[in-house]
Amino acid sequence: MNTETDSNTKDSNVKSHSIDMASLGRKKRSNVLANENICITTDNLNLYYGEKRALHDINLAIPEKKVSAFIGPSGCGKSTLLRSFNRMNDLVDGCRIEGGINIDGNNIYDKNVDVSELRRRVGMVFQKPNPFPKSIYENVAYGLRLQGVKSRRVIDEVVEKSLRGAALWDEVKDRLHESALGLSGGQQQRVVIARAIAIEPEILLLDEPASALDPISTLKIEELISDLKDRYTIVIVTHNMQQAARVSDYTAFMYMGELIEFGDTDMIFTNPSKKQTEDYITGRYG
Amino acid sequence: MMKKWFKSGDPWIWLNAAAVSASLIIVIGLLVLIAVNGLSHFWPKAVMQVQYVQANSTDSNPASIRIIGEIHNDEEVSIEQLKGLGINLKTDKDTATRILVKTGNRDISGADFKWMLQAYLGEKEYPEDIIVLERREWGNFYGYLKNVKDNGNVIASGEATWQELEKRLEIKEELYKKIKDIEKGAIGRINYKMEKLRLDKRRLEIDKEDTAENLAKLKAARNKLDAEYSVLEENLEKLYREFNQGKITVESMSGKQVEISLAKIVRAYRPNSLNLIEKIGLYFLKMGEFIFDDPREANTEGGIFPAIFGTVMMVLLMSVLVTPFGVIAAVYLREYAKQGAVTRIIRIAVNNLAGVPSIVYGVFGLGFFVYFLGGNIDQLFYAEALPSPTFGTPGILWSSLTLAILTVPVVIVATEEGLSRIPRSIREGSLALGATKAETLWRTVLPMATPSMMTGMILAIARAAGEVAPLMLVGVVKLAPSLPLDTNFPFFHLERKFMHLGFHIYDVGFQSPNVEAARPLVYATALLLIAVIVLLNLSAIYIRNRLREQYRSLES
Repeated sequence: MNTETDSNTKDSNVKSHSIDMASLGRKKRSNVLANENICITTDNLNLYYGEKRALHDINLAIPEKKVSAFIGPSGCGKSTLLRSFNRMNDLVDGCRIEGGINIDGNNIYDKNVDVSELRRRVGMVFQKPNPFPKSIYENVAYGLRLQGVKSRRVIDEVVEKSLRGAALWDEVKDRLHESALGLSGGQQQRVVIARAIAIEPEILLLDEPASALDPISTLKIEELISDLKDRYTIVIVTHNMQQAARVSDYTAFMYMGELIEFGDTDMIFTNPSKKQTEDYITGRYG
Repeated sequence: MMKKWFKSGDPWIWLNAAAVSASLIIVIGLLVLIAVNGLSHFWPKAVMQVQYVQANSTDSNPASIRIIGEIHNDEEVSIEQLKGLGINLKTDKDTATRILVKTGNRDISGADFKWMLQAYLGEKEYPEDIIVLERREWGNFYGYLKNVKDNGNVIASGEATWQELEKRLEIKEELYKKIKDIEKGAIGRINYKMEKLRLDKRRLEIDKEDTAENLAKLKAARNKLDAEYSVLEENLEKLYREFNQGKITVESMSGKQVEISLAKIVRAYRPNSLNLIEKIGLYFLKMGEFIFDDPREANTEGGIFPAIFGTVMMVLLMSVLVTPFGVIAAVYLREYAKQGAVTRIIRIAVNNLAGVPSIVYGVFGLGFFVYFLGGNIDQLFYAEALPSPTFGTPGILWSSLTLAILTVPVVIVATEEGLSRIPRSIREGSLALGATKAETLWRTVLPMATPSMMTGMILAIARAAGEVAPLMLVGVVKLAPSLPLDTNFPFFHLERKFMHLGFHIYDVGFQSPNVEAARPLVYATALLLIAVIVLLNLSAIYIRNRLREQYRSLES
């Protein structure tokens, strides 16, 4: 990604882009997203695992600093779509992409995009908590150390800020240097979120972040998501429809690799325009 | 009924249990056998005095002789066999017992051990004043102390002799230590420096830089060393003169009186007058000597410290060489190489390497490392020492490298195993934070795989420490004049040959002139070899477990 032009022209670009998107004639949702800044857009995105086509012509515009949820039955491609936003699918053998994904107007599948830099800007939290076998402090400081930050003072500050941001500071401030593996699942997931926000990404991708957690931890994560949406564009994949309804501003329903419907969460859940969506939400399949 | 029993699976369980017990019994039995035989070697045995009627006594041979010695062993021999030797025992049994007595006094009688027929032995006595002398040469002496002499004059005789001897031996011991310190320390250092100067001079000649100025510099240095040396030599001569003074007269079992220089005696004791505590003290003293001293008398006496040192150093050097090599290879195979037919073939090849007979590695090491690599290194860097080789001859470095090749498959397999066990989610977590693949490897994957690498190293150590055959070709010798690690710069002398416990067992047990005397030493050395391997393994396992502790909750 071309970071130079990116940082200078971001605001103006994004705005013009969002108008672009609206004017490009995505008729169904343009009215919904008319007053939002658009952060991520996909452009006829097709994704193949070897011969198998996992995503079909996805056209999507994700608004900035809002929570967008992807719902759909297992294997519908929602995680695959999410993972293509920070190019995690590159790690899968035989994965191939057609079409493009633009973040702030730049195609992230361009040849000269630095993938590490992209992933630094697009943070990700996975389904299962995956803290490194290091101390809580070192987990959160990991991204900073990668960037070569040496100053103890700066790292201390960022670690505290991130842990506060992840609503974990009060629980762990006395044992920062103990192994993160000794924490409960919910706490581990919040360490992972703190780790992700420590490097101040613009976008946070959450891949079923609460599916491996108990109800109380899930609640905490959901509260955390609401807190974080002021500062980050959040995309969350969930197979829990109540969760999507609770935390998200916008919801996309996917089925068999296709984007069926994307729109305001209230609309999707109360008055979906597609029958498939309605069937899924009312529990007729999935 | 029987059918039902078979169906119940009980026979299968019994069979399994029997197999496990058999293995356990074999292992424990082996250890006990080695431990009992090895450890009993140091126990001060009682020395008997007995009249022995020789079977084929004639007039020229007195009918009965006095025997003084330690009983070592006994066995049954058939009467028929004895008849063949011209001995007719009047007995109605088929076999007769014969016992092996260590009579020592090799300088007088020519052999340390005598087989004797139990039937011809008279009453055994254990006189308190029998002495055992452990000597620097000719093995033990058994007999009676008569007097102590200095400058040809009798200093002490009768009751006071023993005290006098003990007192003088203590002084001798001190002197001996001083002499060894000078010889091995100061003089060794000077010799080492002189050799360096000689090589410097030769190098100047080769490089055509042997100007008068340069040569004068060397000459000055040499003169300084010569001066130092002559001072030391004078000092040493004085010590030696003092050391060589004093003799004792002793009576051997044949009644012959002989004089033995005090300088030749390592230790003297009266085994039959020792009480239990003194015996235990002597036992540990001898054991300490065995572990910490240099060998004497073609390795059959004294300690085996150089062998312990050589074994440990070789194994450590081997692990230092093999671990990085194996880990790097495994990381490439698992993390970077495209998985397919080629990597599969490489894996099969690596696994098969582990099955190649070790002597083949020895031959390879000799041909490739010693002659080819070593020869070229000598040509390039040690030309001044030629024609005598520096690295172009077997040495500890080549031994370690040969064993490293022998054990590298183990490390590769273990490390690959460890790398494949690291969850994908951890790698993704790191990559998602903007780490590159290399950063992910260094910061998370490799640290997490260290326990597996350590497992590989432990297996490598276990294999390498027991290996002897290839070492005989690439660096082990019967007796190494100096250790591969000393205080002379550059401290590590990797070109030197070294001693090894495994080879020591072979050498002492089967190549020594005195096989009977050496047998307990073989057991003791074997015990020590096992102890060294166990110790090396335990320390590696300890380190691994500490590392594993950090990642334990991850694995569950």
